[in-house]
Amino acid sequence: MDGMPVPARLADPMVPLPFRITRVIREIDGVFTWRLKALDGAPFHYRPGQFNMVTQFGVGEIPVSISGDCREPDTLVHTIRAVGPVTEAMQALRTGAVVGIRGPFGRPWPIDAAIGSDVIFVTSTIGLAPLRPLIHEVLHRRQEFGKVVICYGTRGIDDIMFEADLHAWRARFDTNVHLTVHSAPSGYRGRVGGVAAAIHAARIDGLSTVAFVCRSEALTRQAVNTLGERGVTPDRVWVTLERNMKCGIGLCGHCQFGPSFMCKDGPVYRFDQIEALYSVREF
Amino acid sequence: MRRATVPLAGPRPDPEGLAPDQCARTPDGDCTGMTSDPALLTRDGLDALLATLHAEGFRVLGPTVQDGAIVYDDVARVADLPVGWTDRQDGGSYRLERRGDDAVFGHTVGPYAWKRFLHPPLLRLWRAESGADGVRIATDPPPAQPMAFVGVRACELRAIAVQDAVFLHGAIVDPHYAARRQGLFVVAVNCGQAGGTCFCTSMQAGPKASAGYDLALTELAGGFLVETGTTRGAMLLDRLPHRPATAAEREGAAAIVARTATAMRRHIPDPAALPELLLGNLDHPRWDEVAARCLSCGNCTQVCPTCFCTDVTDTTDLTGATDRTRRWDSCFAVGFSYIHGGAVRPSPRSRYRQWMTHKLASWVEQFGTSGCTGCGRCITWCPVGIDITEEVAAIRDAPAAPTAAAP
Repeated sequence: MDGMPVPARLADPMVPLPFRITRVIREIDGVFTWRLKALDGAPFHYRPGQFNMVTQFGVGEIPVSISGDCREPDTLVHTIRAVGPVTEAMQALRTGAVVGIRGPFGRPWPIDAAIGSDVIFVTSTIGLAPLRPLIHEVLHRRQEFGKVVICYGTRGIDDIMFEADLHAWRARFDTNVHLTVHSAPSGYRGRVGGVAAAIHAARIDGLSTVAFVCRSEALTRQAVNTLGERGVTPDRVWVTLERNMKCGIGLCGHCQFGPSFMCKDGPVYRFDQIEALYSVREF
Repeated sequence: MRRATVPLAGPRPDPEGLAPDQCARTPDGDCTGMTSDPALLTRDGLDALLATLHAEGFRVLGPTVQDGAIVYDDVARVADLPVGWTDRQDGGSYRLERRGDDAVFGHTVGPYAWKRFLHPPLLRLWRAESGADGVRIATDPPPAQPMAFVGVRACELRAIAVQDAVFLHGAIVDPHYAARRQGLFVVAVNCGQAGGTCFCTSMQAGPKASAGYDLALTELAGGFLVETGTTRGAMLLDRLPHRPATAAEREGAAAIVARTATAMRRHIPDPAALPELLLGNLDHPRWDEVAARCLSCGNCTQVCPTCFCTDVTDTTDLTGATDRTRRWDSCFAVGFSYIHGGAVRPSPRSRYRQWMTHKLASWVEQFGTSGCTGCGRCITWCPVGIDITEEVAAIRDAPAAPTAAAP
């Protein structure tokens, strides 16, 4: 698979480095973004699609994808949804708090696989967070790609994340944003429906398109099928999967997906290479 | 406690005269076999071996009898070893019994594996204390004393090699394993009998030690035939009372190992075919059948000499400091695969399948070796006697139509 992981800069990969929260941004209900700086002031280099293990001292450690712009290594950005004991405790942290960071881990999105092709991003709700560094990078290198299309779906109009980014991307003459919501109050004039409808509406040329998909595992299949209907074959569809990541370095065993350790061999995969195992229940 | 992090595999004071890197190493890191002629060591010589290892500063570990089982622990003299004991093992059954003689190594492997010393079941990874300038994180120093393992069976040498591949030869080295592994002195023992659940011959791991030892013993009626695997093994032997082995003694030792090999009652034919067989049968009805018996207790993973999975837990004290502790985990626990929303593998069927396909199939792609050594522990210590060789045979004998190919 394309894209070698960036080596962690940690001497002992299990020991976190302290970072200070410099800003807390409330995104949508239950989702917040931290801007962080290393206490030692060192820049944090990573590539789009990589993740960190984030520790709230005394509470626990969780994997979180990096949602910033990798061309701004002085600021680390994490977007977190409060879904469990650790993330709920994190939601209570304020500017100035110190957390622990281990990483970056995982294979990045293979941006070079899309050079010269049209690019479509397919994602929903918080899935935009792990794709955001890649979208930024593609737009930084805009001249290397053909059409750029972003298909983004959320449950309702209050679940739309990174709205400022979406407005900025939609305002560009060289980028198409297809936003859809599952349900909306009467009187809403935007697109209502699933992400599949947005993919169809994008009218992509499947034969020259590379797709980057970040959705829940159950909905990834639907996105791949819809892309297939538009002519994007699975060998040009890159997806992310999710397993229990604990160590980030392939040594704790939790994130296994057949022969691959998702934390170091994933979480980004080319769909045709994992399709067989993806189809096995409870694997 | 000290600041900063543990060095990956830095040098540390080695016992004088027994520097660890004097053995010729293959690219795999194995010590190459030495060609010197075997020697004969008396039982007094074995006592001298233990005493010399102690004198050289090693923590000497070997088999002992504790709680009705063969358990690896600190040993000082031959009398600490299971002299005159043997074990009777079968699926779900383990009993120590008296032998008619006073053999020192007349038993096979028990519930302990050497991994507990190289990859400890509980290990503090770090401690974080909050201060005015943020958080201070400190780690424990690596153990100062190198270890010597006495009585390592061929399957266990293979297990150590397998864990070396996991913890030392990948992109990221586990510093804790590396610190414990460095300078390890290994005295192997060739098995004089096959345990009731052994199948090391199938996995080409035993019963004779072939690599990875400093000295290897074969117990004879009149003492121990000693083969040297490394220069430092030879240097140690030189300091013990010994004489060259006679031709009869060499032939006797070879006959003992050959007899052990033919006494193995369990087999996995053609283990090289297992990755394709098992990953091609992920929806085989046998997984349901074995899941009906499996208690998901995780005993097999705790006794397995190669299972390496760990979890971490954080604990705080009243000062506000946090300790992060690593502990062995098991893929048979529901929480093992937990992601927000629920476990990926909620059914015992999927968890047994994960363990067995990992051990025998995906391990090969991950680490270039099977994760199974044929030691038989998972059979003996399974409370319901599930037999991995039997489960493989059931799938091999009636493979279902392939539903998923190995990627």
